[in-house]
Amino acid sequence: MRKSITLYGLTFSLPMLVWQVMFFLAPLVFLTALSFWTVRNFRVEPDFNPGNWTKMLSRGVFWDAYVRTLLLSTAAAVVTSALAFPCAYGIAFKLSETPRRWAVFLMVIPFFTSYLVRVYSWQIFLSDNGIINALLAKIGIGPFGMLNSVFGIMVGYLTLSFPLVVLLQLFSLMFIDRTLIEAAHNLRCSRLRTVFEVVVPAAKVGLVIAALFCFILTFGDFVSPLYLGGGDPPTLSILITDTTKSGQQWPRAAVIALTMIATLLAVAFAAVTYAYRERGR
Amino acid sequence: MNDFNRNPLIDLALRLYIVLAFAFIFAPIAASFVFSLNVDRFPSLPLGGFSTVWYEAVYADPLVWEGLRNTLVVGAVVSVLATALGFGAAYTDFRYKFFGKPFYLALALLPPTIPVVILGLAMLAFLSNVSLSGEVHSVIIAHVVMCAPFAMAICRLRLSQMDPSLEAAAWNLGASEWMAMRHVIVPFCRPAIFAALFITMAVSFDEFAVSWFVSGLHETLPVKVLGFLQGQVRPRINVIGTFVFLASITLVIFAQILLMKRSSLPKAGSNAPELVP
Repeated sequence: MRKSITLYGLTFSLPMLVWQVMFFLAPLVFLTALSFWTVRNFRVEPDFNPGNWTKMLSRGVFWDAYVRTLLLSTAAAVVTSALAFPCAYGIAFKLSETPRRWAVFLMVIPFFTSYLVRVYSWQIFLSDNGIINALLAKIGIGPFGMLNSVFGIMVGYLTLSFPLVVLLQLFSLMFIDRTLIEAAHNLRCSRLRTVFEVVVPAAKVGLVIAALFCFILTFGDFVSPLYLGGGDPPTLSILITDTTKSGQQWPRAAVIALTMIATLLAVAFAAVTYAYRERGR
Repeated sequence: MNDFNRNPLIDLALRLYIVLAFAFIFAPIAASFVFSLNVDRFPSLPLGGFSTVWYEAVYADPLVWEGLRNTLVVGAVVSVLATALGFGAAYTDFRYKFFGKPFYLALALLPPTIPVVILGLAMLAFLSNVSLSGEVHSVIIAHVVMCAPFAMAICRLRLSQMDPSLEAAAWNLGASEWMAMRHVIVPFCRPAIFAALFITMAVSFDEFAVSWFVSGLHETLPVKVLGFLQGQVRPRINVIGTFVFLASITLVIFAQILLMKRSSLPKAGSNAPELVP
């Protein structure tokens, strides 16, 4: 291996570095600085003013939104993981090679469809005189108010994260040593017990990472809480879009954003530590 | 497959569950297609009647055409830039070990894990501070940041299938580093490079949040959809959604075909990716 820095090497390595430092790292650093700036006469001016932080962090509205967002995303991570697991398990262990490949391909498609359009489509399904209530009316029940509720938000969150969670779980399940499962069967371990005491622990890292991604995705999503949950009371991401779009209160929006990043880092760190912790017996 | 100790009932239940999961995933996409051809202003069952009125409305809407033009321009430029950056970074990771490499890789791969609202706000604040916001190029800048990691991952996967000694062999035979790149590495990575072009374009086509923050008046099509979602002209969303779906899916299928091809190619070697000459 050549140690010296060559023009050749720099040609390939530098563009990415320069671009991401200039347009990814710098905006995030700038966001931190911005949270200390002051708004005067509808203009943001450089300053060192901790007032944005104290003002935001002492507001009941902010903490209500914080707790709600945290609870919603945690619920989404748990619900999505639970619903995705049988699907990933089935694809990994019950399908043969070709159908499995098709299943993976079909799971990838949603990433390339517009999330907005799908959320709008769910409105058609869930609204008071929407598809589901029309079908339920035929058998004489309903109507149920599904839109503008936590249920609506969860449907949106599932739309957003279900395929990704299935794929991540699937990849960890496919790498499980099959002889472990065989051994469990030979030792007369029941089916369900095999799943929970052999398969789940063996795939633990992937399962935790999948739940973590679901948490991250839903924590920052403003579309589902707004268009399927009604937006009132708001989540943190709705607070950010409102604060940013309704005027020049960018420093306060920056405070919310940085609090979210701190929370995400803490959750990610906790999840990864948990995922890689040795199983105690 | 482990065909010992199978219970057909459980197998059947799991298969049924998989079908249900796909129904959940594809129901909104299918509904959007069906209702794009429905005459009603407020879509519901029973269907009002077949009509292309919303297609005509979208066709006649100059705002949609402007959005489409912006989307196409952004998508084309972003895919080329992001793929170039991504390929370079993937090659760097493949070939070099250097001080600060974890930092380099983190910078190259982390953007998709940052929530889009935060990225959008940071981009908007930063770009307007340096007078770069509210233009088509603002969206391009932001999308390259978000798409380059995907391009890098795709190229890196391809490179990990390459025997590192191929490049060294080219040097031993007298090729310069540039010639080895041109005649060995790039041809080997060509399917991945094209796949990366298509995938990054598809990602850019569907991105709405960051674009919404930074685009100002130069809205892309997904940002228009966000506007329709807030406004009253909603059945148009279904028409645009159908179009965007078809466009994206075409790109993804192209990419898939390219990536599938590689498995039929003779593998140059299955050595561990971190081997460096």
